Amino acid sequence: MATLLDNKNTDHLAPAPTAETETNTTARSTISAVDSSLVYATTLMVGTFLGILFTKSEVVRWQRVHDMFLFQDSHLYLIIGSGVAVAMLGMAIIRKCKASDIYGKPIQYKPKPFHKGVALGGMTFGAGWAITGACPGPIYAQLGSGVGLAGFTCAGALAGMYLYAWAKPHLPH
Amino acid sequence: MTDFLLQPWPWWFSGPLIGLTVPLLYLLAGKGFGISTSLQQIGALCSPRSKLDYLKNYDRRQGTWTLVFAFGIVIGGFIGSHWLSAESIEFLPAEFFSVWGAAKLFIGGTLIGFGARYAGGCTSGHAITGIANWNFPSVVATIFFFVGGLGVTWGLGHILF
Repeated sequence: MATLLDNKNTDHLAPAPTAETETNTTARSTISAVDSSLVYATTLMVGTFLGILFTKSEVVRWQRVHDMFLFQDSHLYLIIGSGVAVAMLGMAIIRKCKASDIYGKPIQYKPKPFHKGVALGGMTFGAGWAITGACPGPIYAQLGSGVGLAGFTCAGALAGMYLYAWAKPHLPH
Repeated sequence: MTDFLLQPWPWWFSGPLIGLTVPLLYLLAGKGFGISTSLQQIGALCSPRSKLDYLKNYDRRQGTWTLVFAFGIVIGGFIGSHWLSAESIEFLPAEFFSVWGAAKLFIGGTLIGFGARYAGGCTSGHAITGIANWNFPSVVATIFFFVGGLGVTWGLGHILF
């Protein structure tokens, strides 16, 4: 009964919402330069969730990363492997359903392009990962955990970013 | 249950949940999962008058979320190690608590920052999000992450560690 009524109501109002949604979308597109506070809230939530996972999965431990590169510990390979598998499945479902985010915007993966830096930079990054036992995510998680030494890793990462910003015009891409 | 949560989490629990953050971040925030862009964001914020294209042409307002995301990871790190761990976590082995150790972390960090930005992403943006979206360059990047990591560990390991 209730659903019938609801249907009737929406039928009745059918012409009105189209006009409303049109004004809504134009209003949204004009202020789309900066994200809404809801976006920041959910981003912070997912980030916190991820920080807990990085810490509790021990991805943040130097020894785990070192043992991965020594082929003595399958833990990190299994984490990366299962993580990629679940992410792949999730993205397949999103594509299949043509799902939108909670703001109504269609979800679209923006491909990262190929250039020489993907190999050269990738190799450099891997070397740093092996030396410090951390990649950018775990660096932040280590900082949050109160690991003072992670400040050196973080300062290095920022120095490396500045180095790239400066060297970019001279590097093969 | 609490016992399970307070111990280190097994791969079959933490791995899939880490993977889940990719669709989750898309659905809840409309953002592609990646962490190292936050470095560029910090650079652009700290050097607003920079003449370098890489920082000058970067949209700091559009990138604010990357810092919020990074801050979330910082909070999560605190929660995970202080409230969700029965025993303290050994993040770095004792030998890092020295001048040479700190220097190694700084140098390694520089390679991380430079390499991740040159490659256009790190483990999260390339290895997880990129491969999960069948992005071929991300497969190449991930292979070279391991080329670099294995090369250092097996080639220079006796000097470094």
